[in-house]
Amino acid sequence: MFKEYTRITNIIGDIIELEAEGVTYRELASITNTNGDTSLAQVIKIEGTKVSLQVFAGAKGMSNRATVRFLGHPMKVSYSGDLLGRIFSGSGQPIDGKPPIENAKDTEIGGPSVNPIKRVVPRNFIETRIPMIDIFNPLVESQKLPIFSTPGEPYNDLLARIALQAQADIVVLGGIGLKFDEYIGFRRKFEEGGVMDRTVMFVHTAADPVVERLLVPDMALAVAEQFGIEGKRVLVLLTDMTAFADALKEISVAMEQVPSNLGYPGSLYSDLASRYEKAVDFEGAGSITVLAVTTMPGGDVTHPVPDNTGYITEGQYYLVNGMINPFGSLSRLKQLVIGKVTRKDHGPVMNAMIRLYAKALESKKKISMGFEKTETDEKYLRYADLFESRFMDLKVDITLESALDLGWKTMSECFTPFEVGIKKDIVEKYWPK
Amino acid sequence: MIDSSSTTGHVTGINGNMIVVEIDQGSVIQNEVAFVTVSDMKLKAEVIKVVGKNCYLQVFEDTTGIGVGMKVDFTGNMLAVELGPGLLGSIYDGLQNPLGLLDNKQGFFLQRGQYKDPLSREKTWEFKPVVKVGDKVRGGQWIGEVKENFLTHRIITPIGMHGIATVKEIVSEGTYKITDTIAKIEVNGKVIPLNMFQDWPVKKAIKAYRERIYPEELLITKQRIIDTTFPVARGGTACIPGPFGAGKTVLQHLMSKYSSVDVVIVVACGERAGEVVELIHEFPEITDPKTGGSLMDRTIIICNTSSMPVAAREASVYTGITLAEYYRQMGLDVLVLADSTSRWAQAMREMSGRLEEIPGEEAFPAYLESRIAGLYERAGLVTLHNGEKGAVTLIGTVSPAGGNFEEPVTQATLKVVGAFLGLSRKRSDERKFPAIDPLDSYSLYIEQMESSLNRDLDRDWTKMVSRSRDILRAGAEVGKMMTVVGEEGISLDDLVMYLKSELLDFTYLQQNAFDDVDCASDIERQVVDFKLLYRALTQDFKFNSKPEARQFFTTLQDKYYQRNYYSPDSDEFKKLVGEIEESLVSGGNSLV
Ligand SMILES: Nc1ncnc2c1ncn2[C@@H]1O[C@H](COP(=O)(O)OP(=O)(O)OP(=O)(O)O)[C@@H](O)[C@H]1O
Ligand SMILES: [Mg+2]
Repeated sequence: MFKEYTRITNIIGDIIELEAEGVTYRELASITNTNGDTSLAQVIKIEGTKVSLQVFAGAKGMSNRATVRFLGHPMKVSYSGDLLGRIFSGSGQPIDGKPPIENAKDTEIGGPSVNPIKRVVPRNFIETRIPMIDIFNPLVESQKLPIFSTPGEPYNDLLARIALQAQADIVVLGGIGLKFDEYIGFRRKFEEGGVMDRTVMFVHTAADPVVERLLVPDMALAVAEQFGIEGKRVLVLLTDMTAFADALKEISVAMEQVPSNLGYPGSLYSDLASRYEKAVDFEGAGSITVLAVTTMPGGDVTHPVPDNTGYITEGQYYLVNGMINPFGSLSRLKQLVIGKVTRKDHGPVMNAMIRLYAKALESKKKISMGFEKTETDEKYLRYADLFESRFMDLKVDITLESALDLGWKTMSECFTPFEVGIKKDIVEKYWPK
Repeated sequence: MIDSSSTTGHVTGINGNMIVVEIDQGSVIQNEVAFVTVSDMKLKAEVIKVVGKNCYLQVFEDTTGIGVGMKVDFTGNMLAVELGPGLLGSIYDGLQNPLGLLDNKQGFFLQRGQYKDPLSREKTWEFKPVVKVGDKVRGGQWIGEVKENFLTHRIITPIGMHGIATVKEIVSEGTYKITDTIAKIEVNGKVIPLNMFQDWPVKKAIKAYRERIYPEELLITKQRIIDTTFPVARGGTACIPGPFGAGKTVLQHLMSKYSSVDVVIVVACGERAGEVVELIHEFPEITDPKTGGSLMDRTIIICNTSSMPVAAREASVYTGITLAEYYRQMGLDVLVLADSTSRWAQAMREMSGRLEEIPGEEAFPAYLESRIAGLYERAGLVTLHNGEKGAVTLIGTVSPAGGNFEEPVTQATLKVVGAFLGLSRKRSDERKFPAIDPLDSYSLYIEQMESSLNRDLDRDWTKMVSRSRDILRAGAEVGKMMTVVGEEGISLDDLVMYLKSELLDFTYLQQNAFDDVDCASDIERQVVDFKLLYRALTQDFKFNSKPEARQFFTTLQDKYYQRNYYSPDSDEFKKLVGEIEESLVSGGNSLV
């Protein structure tokens, strides 16, 4: 029933081209190499009878006599409740030594977007017990938010810590270009934290073919979507999305597309957005929260991947020097919960403390340049030290309530009520007497 | 819609959302709409290039499953929107599909190939004729009116009609559907029946007015830094470029809520769905002080967010501006907020790449500049043929790559807009909102509107504003100097200048979007507040020492700041103003 072809005309990068008929756009094909290796491939361009496919396992070692069999449908992922506790490869094969999922429902990956009218305004605060997050940039259910990190920072630890704390119904991990140790690290932490039995993992490791990375976010999100529709609160972890973007770049270069910036395709924004926008709070059903990691090549936030990501996501946590930096970091959904589901002083404390810290850094800079320390500077320096040790240190693990109280305490230890720029009625109520 | 006698073709190639179609029979029109048949679905597409027997179409939907040989039917019509009563309060996608009506059948997701009438065919309207049999009418002229929410919606003759027509029949006052014939007119010997709605191609400007005029009146946004410092004229244009997270969307949302205009059109173009959801849920709950209705009653939301099809994103901006021109044709004051025009430009770039056009800078097409200019040119203040005035003000956000304004979209936009509200990363990081950079931004309208501002706000308004900007600049210079030479390296006078600029910045230019009082400042209040601040800015203080000056300004600044949070008729407000005046009288001097 499926047409087979055995004449590949061109092999360019991980793209193969052949003459074929009756093929449709984004159709899946299975390729059997002359040595017996098999891979899936997807149609990415059709010109008359010339069909181009991206080969998920890569085209290294591919013979131009390999057999290409078109399957008549686009890429799908199996979905069933039995997925929980299971681990799959980047191409969706079980890698936990257990048998394939049976009686699963095939689900289209990269499906249509949610009608905006069917979304509700997010409103649930997710407490992480990390004050730099909870006070300054609280995480909200259904938010899409990446950790922007310079390479080498403990971003996966942070991701796992938040995942364990978040108390989601289901966790879906999409590992993209993960180091083997990192993969085992997640697995251990999830097992120890007791969440493995409500977790599904799709793991593409650094050793796997590059093109396979392209499938991971789509599979993870398609599965998450099914759980979400069933009413589950799903947390999706995607790490590292820069590796995903790099795979997009490789394909685009092989297709000879005109790059827009540093070799990335002009569609990078749309490509990333179609994944991140899967984060949703469904009206009358569950939700999908997406926490991702975006490593910044060279620590440069203006690099096309973090830059485009920042324009798509609802904020970012900026991880540098082992701390979540308050300036680059942002939670755009914070105003939906601050002062609404959290304490009334939350907003003013957040704003004042950041403003004071910004001033403190100015003082620091000034003094480091050898200028005289004024009395005002003294206050700010004291504040900066306390701020860094009490709030910024990633080891700190306290509730939002106690973090806010500590905020008032810290401000009152350094300043008078007139210096903090907070509305009078709030100061009167909360200023430590 | 699809007529079997018209042009047909079949697919010969697919590349992303572009398809190549070979014509089997009939003729083809550049920019006409066609439908591709994929199993039982018909997907909408637009012709964007014709080469011999082949034409290139951008498909407004996901192209998965399209194959060579599939049938394509051409409609002969350009991509158009429906204009008529019932637009206000609607939420459309970029092609004017009503998202609210799609939802019932499709569940959570937007399935492809579903198109619905933008305007309700069932809803009835109380029509009142304003012309009589025998009257002469031209294209785009008012022939009747209905009440649409809180405004008078004029029913107009076909906008593109050439020549002068004679009214042959007109119905009497009564209840009609938009599809009912309400008049017959004769033009060039032909009698045409009219109902209450018409189609108009989105890429063509509506020009059925007498003349465009010079915008000289202030558009009140209730954001102090805009209205006072970088004002936008009614019928003018402005852009808000800024890096991600600097506050473009929040600022536009504030404008959509608080601007004093008749109609607001929000175009969410390639941005987050969640942001639109907030508006959809919030607007029906907020009362429009002008009409007593809800904000939704005066608003149209065009929502083609980032995961929705890219080609429809390109169309969405045109859909928005066309609806705006239609309401302008009724003599109304319309504000269009497009967020983000960079996503619109990127949609053009994606298509240009697929067409293999010669790329310009950052792979944008060579026609980027002219497209941007063409869009902003559609804004403007006009006098209609009946002497009434209408305005379309267009404010677009720009999302420059890497936050660097030296990029093609920002640069092309700056060439054509009247006001540049540039957001700065530094200010947003420091939580100084709105993060409009007060040193780099500008408005060409301040000069253009000088006489109306000085007439309506204060005799010396523009002079005071200009002086305040000088202080800001001087203060910033001192600030910069201090980072080099320290506070000990500057004079007391310089320090005072610096403190004054900080006062202006912190208590006036910055405004808290999330406070019920501070979020919007009426223009009357802005005048009063600014004049009180201006006294402090221009007063010649005498201090004995720098710490004394700092102490004085810290206290003063807090008072001005606290005052922002109280409404002008509250006791607290009056008390704070009293205290400020007292400090200004005694300020520094008493200590001499
Ligand atoms: N006027 C304001 N007052 C207080 N906070 C603000 C203000 N403007 C922006 N913010 C804060 O900054 C965040 C980002 O703002 P916004 O979403 O408008 O950015 P943006 O410039 O549109 O970014 P992007 O280009 O990524 O869409 C908001 O979620 C809010 O927390
Ligand atoms: Mg925005």
